Amino acid sequence: MTARGPAQESTRRELADLARTIRVDTARMTHRAKSSHIGSCFSIADLLAVLYARILRVDPSRPAWPDRDRFILSKGHACAVLYAVLAEKGFFSNSRLDTFYQNGSALGGHAMHSVPGVEVSTGSLGHGLSLGCGMALVGKRQGSPFRVFALLSDGECDEGSVWEAALFAGHHQLENLVAIVDYNGIQSIGRVNEVLGLHPFADKWTACRWAVQEIDGHNLEEIESALQHIPLERDRPTCIIAHTIKGKGVRFMEDKLLWHYRSPNDEELRSALDELGIVE
Amino acid sequence: MRSAFIRSLIELAEQDSRVCLVTADLGFGVVELFAQKFPSQFVNAGVAEQNMTGIAAGMALCGKVVFTYSIANFPTLRCLEQIRNDVCYHRADVKIVSVGGGLAYGALGASHHATEDIAVMRSLPEMTVVAPGDPVEAEEATRALMTRAGPAYLRLGRSGEPLVHSENIDFQIGKAICVADGDDVTLIATGTMLHATVQAARQLAQEGIATRVLSMHTIKPLDVDAVYAAAKDTQAIVTIEEHSIIGGLGSAVAEVLAEFSDCHVPFKRMALPSAFTSVGSREFLTKSYSLSVEGIVDSAMRILQLARTRA
Repeated sequence: MTARGPAQESTRRELADLARTIRVDTARMTHRAKSSHIGSCFSIADLLAVLYARILRVDPSRPAWPDRDRFILSKGHACAVLYAVLAEKGFFSNSRLDTFYQNGSALGGHAMHSVPGVEVSTGSLGHGLSLGCGMALVGKRQGSPFRVFALLSDGECDEGSVWEAALFAGHHQLENLVAIVDYNGIQSIGRVNEVLGLHPFADKWTACRWAVQEIDGHNLEEIESALQHIPLERDRPTCIIAHTIKGKGVRFMEDKLLWHYRSPNDEELRSALDELGIVE
Repeated sequence: MRSAFIRSLIELAEQDSRVCLVTADLGFGVVELFAQKFPSQFVNAGVAEQNMTGIAAGMALCGKVVFTYSIANFPTLRCLEQIRNDVCYHRADVKIVSVGGGLAYGALGASHHATEDIAVMRSLPEMTVVAPGDPVEAEEATRALMTRAGPAYLRLGRSGEPLVHSENIDFQIGKAICVADGDDVTLIATGTMLHATVQAARQLAQEGIATRVLSMHTIKPLDVDAVYAAAKDTQAIVTIEEHSIIGGLGSAVAEVLAEFSDCHVPFKRMALPSAFTSVGSREFLTKSYSLSVEGIVDSAMRILQLARTRA
């Protein structure tokens, strides 16, 4: 490994700070809202930090800019951390995060396109990749520079529609399409391996004519390096299988199915924030 | 109707490069010309209706006007959640086209009978539901939907439907077409039942019964004014549709009729029972459910008699 210069070091720190900040925001949001899915959010916090800080060509002052990259949170239940990163990025004020889950709020419990920066509403699994295929197909056909990123959960890959879309993207050589799978190994009521095993997972995408790379979904450099090299192969869509840990960042939540559902109580919030380096 | 549709769509695509056609691998003998003329506006998504609909929504969100195309229940029920969440929720400019609404594919069996599609589609927020009554209406409907942004369902017959309209018609989404006027009884037909209804009205006229025929090509938004006028001006109303008795045209008309505070009119819904239909030609099946010229005449005469007895 080459030695890091000071610039790289500061960039790395910025990324780590962003990832930490959006975890903190998410912990506070789910605590206040008494909502589920904090584990699913923490699982993708590092991916979102890298995407929004380093990869996605989006402009908070022009959310509908036609040539923007499209980001689709197909696992819409992890929207709290998406709202958090969008607020940090400046799509809307940080104070709006307090309205998450509240009566009449635009910030609902699954990704909603009423929120500035949220490309599409999701919530039912298995929809995002098809939407992404449609966008990528238009982009490719009209020679637009934008790219489309869809973030899926591993459990979501039980849905047949994911594989309809996977076949389509491979066939149409949508090299402007990227699927990122949050492979934390835990789905709604059990471990992926026990519920409906996906192994051999990379082979499935390869068989659908995707270029596949497996990464550590919590290693910021590895995430950035993979996403900076898209498309991985010419004429192929890219699948990044991000090996992650549900609840990553707070040890008592890590790799625990319970934190798909449980909302942190006052004490758990304090303890989580403490571990994330925040003193209340 | 499908040729009228594709002819119109080709005209639209010539004028407007936003127009796209996405099929789920159906339309043999129908979609080829479109595909040849506009390869960059055509997609065959394969036998994958969920993905077809998701793709269509994604394309529409990038500025396209997308027509999805398949037959019977495949472009509606098979991918219902994609229609609801991806198309309707985003108000995406996607027009869902189904060939073979009702019993057009009669001999192919219940899997191919689209008999609940109107009910399901009209319950979705943002959705416009149109079932043209003849090839002229099908052509006009295709053009009209293009100018109406947002989700729509276009329910077509199959092929060889007789012409009802011989001249230019004033086709507007949400406005019934008065095909014949009279003040005894009103027959409100939608889609493929229009032709038989018009014939029935002619027979009724020979019996001295002045019959109003409304082509209710748009089931949602329903032309409430036309229903109200029929309730006011005529003595009875009959709805005729090639669809389940639950949730289709008859239900839509009944819903508004029941809420009129100043007029109550004898009313009859002619439709298919809520049952799995048997096998046979469209003619055989519709007749067996009294959805025939004779059946309509009979229903109209009975309801009129009832109205007159009451009065």
